[in-house]
Amino acid sequence: MLWQIVSALSVVVVAVVACSAYFYFSNKILDFALPVSDGDVRAASRNLNRRAMIRPWLFLGPALFLLFVYLVYPVVATFILSFYDRTGLQFVGLTNYKWAIGDREFRQSIFNNILWLAVVPAACTFFGLVIAVMTDRIWWGNIAKSIVFMPMAISFVGASVIWKFIYEYRGGNDVQIGLLNAIVQLFGGTPEVWISVPFWNNFFLMVILIWIQTGFAMVILSAALRGIPEETIEAAVIDGANGWQIFWRIMVPQVWGTIAVVWTTITILVLKVFDIVLTMTNGQWQTMVLANLMFDWMFRGGGDSGRSAVIAIIIMLAVTPIMIWNVRRANRELKGH
Amino acid sequence: MTAVGSYFKIGPARLFVHLAVLLIVIIWLIPTLGIFVSALRDKDQIVVSGWWTAFVGSTQTVAVRLGTPDQQRQEGANYVISGNVLEGQTGRSVKAFGNRVQQPAAFDAGMTADLGDGETLQINSDGSYRYMKNAAFSPDARPRRIYVSVSAPPEFTLQNYKTVLTGEGIGQSFINSLTVTIPATIIPILIAAFAAYALSWMEFPGRALLIALVVGLIVVPLQMSLIPLLRLYNEVGTMLGQPSKTYPGIWLAHTAFGMPLAIFLLRAYIAGLPKEIIESARVDGASDFEIFTRIVLPLSFPALASFAIFQFLWVWNDLLVAMVFLGTDKDHLVLTGSLNALLGSRGGNWEILTASAFVTIVVPLLVFFGLQRYLVRGLLAGSVKGG
Repeated sequence: MLWQIVSALSVVVVAVVACSAYFYFSNKILDFALPVSDGDVRAASRNLNRRAMIRPWLFLGPALFLLFVYLVYPVVATFILSFYDRTGLQFVGLTNYKWAIGDREFRQSIFNNILWLAVVPAACTFFGLVIAVMTDRIWWGNIAKSIVFMPMAISFVGASVIWKFIYEYRGGNDVQIGLLNAIVQLFGGTPEVWISVPFWNNFFLMVILIWIQTGFAMVILSAALRGIPEETIEAAVIDGANGWQIFWRIMVPQVWGTIAVVWTTITILVLKVFDIVLTMTNGQWQTMVLANLMFDWMFRGGGDSGRSAVIAIIIMLAVTPIMIWNVRRANRELKGH
Repeated sequence: MTAVGSYFKIGPARLFVHLAVLLIVIIWLIPTLGIFVSALRDKDQIVVSGWWTAFVGSTQTVAVRLGTPDQQRQEGANYVISGNVLEGQTGRSVKAFGNRVQQPAAFDAGMTADLGDGETLQINSDGSYRYMKNAAFSPDARPRRIYVSVSAPPEFTLQNYKTVLTGEGIGQSFINSLTVTIPATIIPILIAAFAAYALSWMEFPGRALLIALVVGLIVVPLQMSLIPLLRLYNEVGTMLGQPSKTYPGIWLAHTAFGMPLAIFLLRAYIAGLPKEIIESARVDGASDFEIFTRIVLPLSFPALASFAIFQFLWVWNDLLVAMVFLGTDKDHLVLTGSLNALLGSRGGNWEILTASAFVTIVVPLLVFFGLQRYLVRGLLAGSVKGG
């Protein structure tokens, strides 16, 4: 074990040194190959121009290499694979897409994904906004914020264990050790195996993600709320607006842009959600979502790259509008500078 | 008082706000608290009472056997077997006892129970008992089985942690997680910072296009990349005569998957540095490499730190990438992976699950609370600007 720690640390050093060495020496070589301090002024200025043309690519090189190999190439390759059979060798046209449309499990996943998309981003943004507004005006607000923000640090798997314990069910006359069932029992209800109740179990899984992500929404919305000019709210108070009116008519419209950003970010996260469903139910009891179905087909029965590629493409299609919106927003910002 | 806060200064609404926030805080805290408390409880207690009762002590019914006939002593006409049902258990006391499973608490502690056949039994609250018969106990009689309800004070133990760290492979996974996380946090920062500098302060054709590409790639779902990359890794692995699932493989994967967000966040920060500093350095003859390492890098420390925390949390908490690129064999299993495996194999053993969950949570929580300020700054740099 000690050996592993030492080797891990030495690899870190090697990797960092190698990385730094690349940047250092590539720049040195460029300076050496295109000298500018010679007597020949024309050659010097030509070399200076060439340097300026090449150097950005030295800086960008490793990043671009990684982006293309790990993100751009896979998008194209997955698209192509979706037209091939399970081994990826035989062209089968739209067969995989036809399978998807006809498959019950796939339709179930789409339905569940839409459910997740409808509930989670909205709930996180709403709770985040409400908590941000409330914590901004009490003296211990920062402590409260830290606590709500804390689940951000917890892994989805860790959070699943935490919530599985909350939902724990014991049969017969055993004492309920899961908090939810204990509360239900306290109010005279019948304990349930919550995560296997079809349809509603989706919501019990969503609660986990809402618990994790509300802190994120809260932090960002809280910063946006602080940016609202004091005068607008004072003017509203003088005009006799009450708390609700100020919240809905003044504050919400002013942070509308930020709400959109938070909503989108969580939407993307929801589309990729995988760990929670895997650890809580593994897609049983009708909780399958696209990301898990895709993973499932990657390895099920030796793997079916065609079908899982189709599912990946569907997820990608769902993200594309957000991608376009994001790029447009960034471009607008860039021009504004 | 902030702008939005001022109108709430008046009225009973303030009290409502305090109570509402308190309620929210409790709801947010309780799930984690349940894990932390349970992980410190005795494994037998976890299954018989809710963790929220851990602080007030618990009562449980246990079956015990009284002493064997060879321990009997004669006292006048009677024969007595005596001893203690709480032998070796400190801090516990007997509240009641009974001789039939249907009525395990038929008699209060200290009472003398008539068991018929001339037998009587008295159990005191300290556990000491006198089992008496008006004749000798038959030497081949089986020791008598009785039931006692024992009240135990709040008890906490570190045994569960000992078990999971040594027995369940969690210790090994902890090291694996560190091995994956540390390089996968440091390498992307260096690479992304150079790229962010080039995209902010160097003029070259195609710059706007590259920025758009980076922004677009932020949202590409990880799932897209898995199949082609797995194939690529297999091919490269065969070519080099190496297994396809290695630590360098997962470092590169995490580096690349974190790259778009890293470049995006760092570019927003580096582009915002004062123009004068960089231009005057240029006039003084500094090369871009020197400007970057001597001026930009030190000035960007807050942004670098906030991204480092992000990347650390993301890599440490990741399950999918590790499952696909590092595999699920014992030597390579990361913490999230082994926790997931335990959920399958030890689903009912809450002492193992809770202690393991705590081990996986503790490092990110320490990082989180120690460096929360930087994390928030990083979040805001990326998301709010121009929103």
